[in-house]
Amino acid sequence: MDRAEKAVDYLNADYGVRSWLLTRDHKRIAILYLLSITVMFMLGSVFAVLIRLELLTPAGDVVQADTYNKLFTMHGIVMIFFFLVPSIPAVLGNFLLPLMIGARDLAFPRLNLLSWYVYMVGAAFTLWAVITGGVDTGWTFYTPYSTTASHTNVLATAVGIFITGFSSILTGVNFIVTIHTMRAPGMTWFRLPLFVWAHYATSLIMILGTPVIAITILMLGLERAFGIGIFDPALGGDPILFQHLFWFYSHPAVYIMILPSMGVVSEIITCFARRRIFGYSFIAASSLAIAVFGFLVWGHHMFTSTQSVYAAMVFSVLSFAVAVPSAVKVFNWTATLYRGSITFEAPMLFALGFIGLFTIGGLTGLFLAALGLDVHVHDTYFVVAHFHYIMVGGALMGYLGAIHFWWPKMTGRMYPEAPARISAALVFVGFNLTFFPQFILGYLGMPRRYHAYPEEFQVLNVMSTTGASILGVGYLVPLCYLIWSLWRGRVAEANPWGAAGLEWRTNSPPPTENFAATPIVEEEAYAYPLKEPEVV
Amino acid sequence: MASHVTSRLVLFVIFFVLVGLTALTVWVAYQDLGSWNAPVAVAIATLKAMLVIVIFMEMRFGQPLTWFAGASGVLFLLLLIGMTMADAMSRGWLGVPGK
Repeated sequence: MDRAEKAVDYLNADYGVRSWLLTRDHKRIAILYLLSITVMFMLGSVFAVLIRLELLTPAGDVVQADTYNKLFTMHGIVMIFFFLVPSIPAVLGNFLLPLMIGARDLAFPRLNLLSWYVYMVGAAFTLWAVITGGVDTGWTFYTPYSTTASHTNVLATAVGIFITGFSSILTGVNFIVTIHTMRAPGMTWFRLPLFVWAHYATSLIMILGTPVIAITILMLGLERAFGIGIFDPALGGDPILFQHLFWFYSHPAVYIMILPSMGVVSEIITCFARRRIFGYSFIAASSLAIAVFGFLVWGHHMFTSTQSVYAAMVFSVLSFAVAVPSAVKVFNWTATLYRGSITFEAPMLFALGFIGLFTIGGLTGLFLAALGLDVHVHDTYFVVAHFHYIMVGGALMGYLGAIHFWWPKMTGRMYPEAPARISAALVFVGFNLTFFPQFILGYLGMPRRYHAYPEEFQVLNVMSTTGASILGVGYLVPLCYLIWSLWRGRVAEANPWGAAGLEWRTNSPPPTENFAATPIVEEEAYAYPLKEPEVV
Repeated sequence: MASHVTSRLVLFVIFFVLVGLTALTVWVAYQDLGSWNAPVAVAIATLKAMLVIVIFMEMRFGQPLTWFAGASGVLFLLLLIGMTMADAMSRGWLGVPGK
């Protein structure tokens, strides 16, 4: 539909700050989340810039050791709890899930808005902690340092994370109930887009795991504030218990970050390869398998602690097992590409980047799951490189791919393709230059979390900081052209990519009620090549 | 779907039972029951959780899917406790200090 006809959509249906702050429209709430997490991403990036600047030279000459401890801690906390965990679910999931299943909204619209407010309150606490001196425990809050030794803002940060956890739980509950109860006629479970399956699995982890981290942080706060002996051996507690409880959530949290990206990649690959997804049911089942197996492997973070060798052996074997469903996805995406009519638009470049980087991240995870090798590289830059390949190379590439793929649907505007492709290339090159040298640094024995290092590590650290600069430009470029596109971008059609899926069968941007009439689904997901699409 | 309403009397009775069980938890914490300290505390907590789930959350009127959802929470809690205890109980088996 042409803009000249002044179609009413969710963006222009109402005006004013009040209409946004009290909205119950899942699409507007997604935009609120988009703005919030973008600010948090920029904040986390500032910490990363300072970290990489410090590591440019072997001497600790940019910041003091104490400040450096706070920088890497706040980088981790902001990026994980306030950007990566809510990124795809709260922005793209919120926006797309009802559209993809043919619903008018999520099951609990008020709860959805509440989740954003809860997120903002949690973020405010954490920002306050940052402004008033920061926290230096590392994002892992290991005891007894966090409960007895640290003189920084541990409690305020912990409260912020505790509160934000409820936002995650509310989103998870909303998604699960919506998927169970609000699918359009004909939208059977095995016709669901794989993006929806991925969010279903993610929601299960959010609901089952997040309460554990909330209670763990609460216990940490109680011990720190009132001296109740839970984790401190001097008070009769067990510090390894903290690690068990912390990683019971925080390892599955990796899958909260990566599973939605996997859903995104399934959508993009099929669209730009013009092929049905290879092994639909296996990819759907592998999402659930990852969600379940992800809860059985947490002990591999504790191989060098006093965890028993027998428990470590079990966790090691189970950690190898979780690689299987991940590999199923990678093989199926590759098979989908085989003999496809592939085009390389920007979202596809990000998706292909995801597959390569996630594969490297996943395979190096197997190194860390191996008991003997893990002892050698534990707490070195090898681990830093590994989890950045998963969380940045995987989750963030998926997020950028998703933003580019659905930007026309969200805003009704197209972005310029050339800078978008350049951005994808910059991110891919910059990322690898930043983090691949860190695998070598870690293997050579450079420990993480130190602001100074021996001179023989400088060349690789200079490469890493150079890569981080390129990566930073790669992130800034999309910020510029996406904002530019809001005013100057070409008006987007309902289905600019020729993609399958119900979200492409309504206007761009969609009306508040999503569809003029409830769509009826009569075919499988990814029924490429498409018949002439109709707008519902 | 038929709607079920739990009477106010039942809710109040269960509330006071929960308060009583909380008092019992505090009292038990000050008793030396030897190796039974933890099992007794966990048993009281489990009873309280069951009352909340079945009465206050009205799980007894729930559909099979609701029960499945509730049971999965219990399963994952058992997983957390079980695997953590498996570590704690097997720490001395190797005879190597710290392992």
